[in-house]
Amino acid sequence: MIEFRNVYFSYNGKRYVLKNVSLEIKRGEAVAVIGENGAGKTTLLKHLNGLLKPTKGAVLVGGKDTRKCSVAELSRTVGLIFQNPNHQLFAETVWDEVAFALRNFNYPSDVIRKRVEYVLRLFDLYEYKDRSPYELSGGERKRLAIASVLAYDPEVIAFDEPTIGQDYYQKQTLGQYIKLLKTQGKTIVTVTHDMEFVAENFEKVVLLSRGEVVACGSAREVLTNKSLLEKHGLLAPQLTELAYELSDYGFPRDILTLEEAYRAIKRVLEV
Amino acid sequence: MAIIEFERVSFTYRGLKRPAIKDVDLRIEKGEYVVITGPTGCGKSTLLRCINGLIPHFYEGDFKGNVYVDGLNTREHQVFELATRAGLVFQDPESQIFCLTVESELAFGPENLGLPPDEIGRRIAESAELTEVSGILDRLTYELSGGEKQRVAIAAVLALKPSILVLDEPTSNIDPKGTLRILEVVRRLNQVYGTTVVIVEHKLELVSLHADRMVLMKEGEIVEDGSPRKVLTSETALNMGIGIPKVVQLYLRLKKEHRLSDKVPLSPREMKEVVLSLRGRGEK
Repeated sequence: MIEFRNVYFSYNGKRYVLKNVSLEIKRGEAVAVIGENGAGKTTLLKHLNGLLKPTKGAVLVGGKDTRKCSVAELSRTVGLIFQNPNHQLFAETVWDEVAFALRNFNYPSDVIRKRVEYVLRLFDLYEYKDRSPYELSGGERKRLAIASVLAYDPEVIAFDEPTIGQDYYQKQTLGQYIKLLKTQGKTIVTVTHDMEFVAENFEKVVLLSRGEVVACGSAREVLTNKSLLEKHGLLAPQLTELAYELSDYGFPRDILTLEEAYRAIKRVLEV
Repeated sequence: MAIIEFERVSFTYRGLKRPAIKDVDLRIEKGEYVVITGPTGCGKSTLLRCINGLIPHFYEGDFKGNVYVDGLNTREHQVFELATRAGLVFQDPESQIFCLTVESELAFGPENLGLPPDEIGRRIAESAELTEVSGILDRLTYELSGGEKQRVAIAAVLALKPSILVLDEPTSNIDPKGTLRILEVVRRLNQVYGTTVVIVEHKLELVSLHADRMVLMKEGEIVEDGSPRKVLTSETALNMGIGIPKVVQLYLRLKKEHRLSDKVPLSPREMKEVVLSLRGRGEK
């Protein structure tokens, strides 16, 4: 679905923010891109819908070279959800916000009406349909930003730091939306440094450091490699840390979730 | 008198019907490290704004009750007087930092207190050292990374030598390593210099280890108040769905089936001891 071929990118022509990035994301995969502040995560994400184009190398989305497509064209395939919903929302009403892209893509008006109603109900926003997006709370605005992208049904959904400023309950809700998207066969790419969120929701992880891909593999492989994470400014999930503490006592180190930790304890200690 | 006292404090922002905080009674003793947590919109930031006088002096609305900071009633003293006692570090460092260089940012507060130049120099050096920004004093503030900006924002507040440090989600945009570094700075100020700390933070798995006390808020009211070990395992916390650290969740799950020490583990290392205490038991 998405392919980066030896991608280099520079904002100023002097320093490369992405260096020789090659990766492949298959249709239906849920991939988390992790890395410390300034690693190039957001820059990578902006290549997906052509907001940025590679300085060298190529990015292919659905087989098409992004340098030969407009942002409008690519946006139909890739919906990008910004970190700060205020940078994305602009319409007079919640309804118009969601309808905007659909109108732009020239859908017939009855389809638009159905789609907008469907996503607003899905995201518990229907009662606000005539309100201004700016009257909504932070959490609601975030949901609206997601809803307005999902309304036009892009094949790829790209999230930039979706958990920042979200409390526990909101993070859980976000996790549920991601599950829903997975069941619809969508391809999901998320940039984040929230390791617990990755452990709970993603199967594949790309670790970026100073613009380079330093690891790419299953979430289990990457997130339970404590020294690799620490070397690149990240921390392993808390229960992985526990597994390392216990590894001298016959515990496996590749533990990510509560259920796995619980079972390992039962099994190893025979209690 | 405690260093911070809230007496039945309620505040309703102008134009809103529901109070942001409601009948809050809270006493914080000198030298305590208190973490305030709760879901978005529960009144955490409003509570912090009452400590340095932004409420009632800057934000308009209906303010009831009294807040005393270092013995001063915030109704009777202006923000600049309170600022030398309770320094507030904002959630977003970009809304706090406004000088061109790091050094001038740190100098701004002390200059406005009318301090002599050698004292200003001393304060810049001290607060920069504490927050590990001594090496970037001549850098331009807009070129700093998120973590650096956050530490500069803390340093600028420290230069006022407040006896109370108030922080509103100081690590929200920072990667895990940068977060640890900032929380370590805060911990050192508390332990070495006896600074009273009041912090709003969602990363409970990190901050619980440093805090003496955790205050849990819901819909403008304080619903739990006690040691982190007690609050994180309270019925209220479990029912509310705050981000209870995974080791605490694991402990609670095992405790349903096994007799475990009453000391709730807060870190992987503490949890390791709990797990090892189960060895050779084989009970069900």
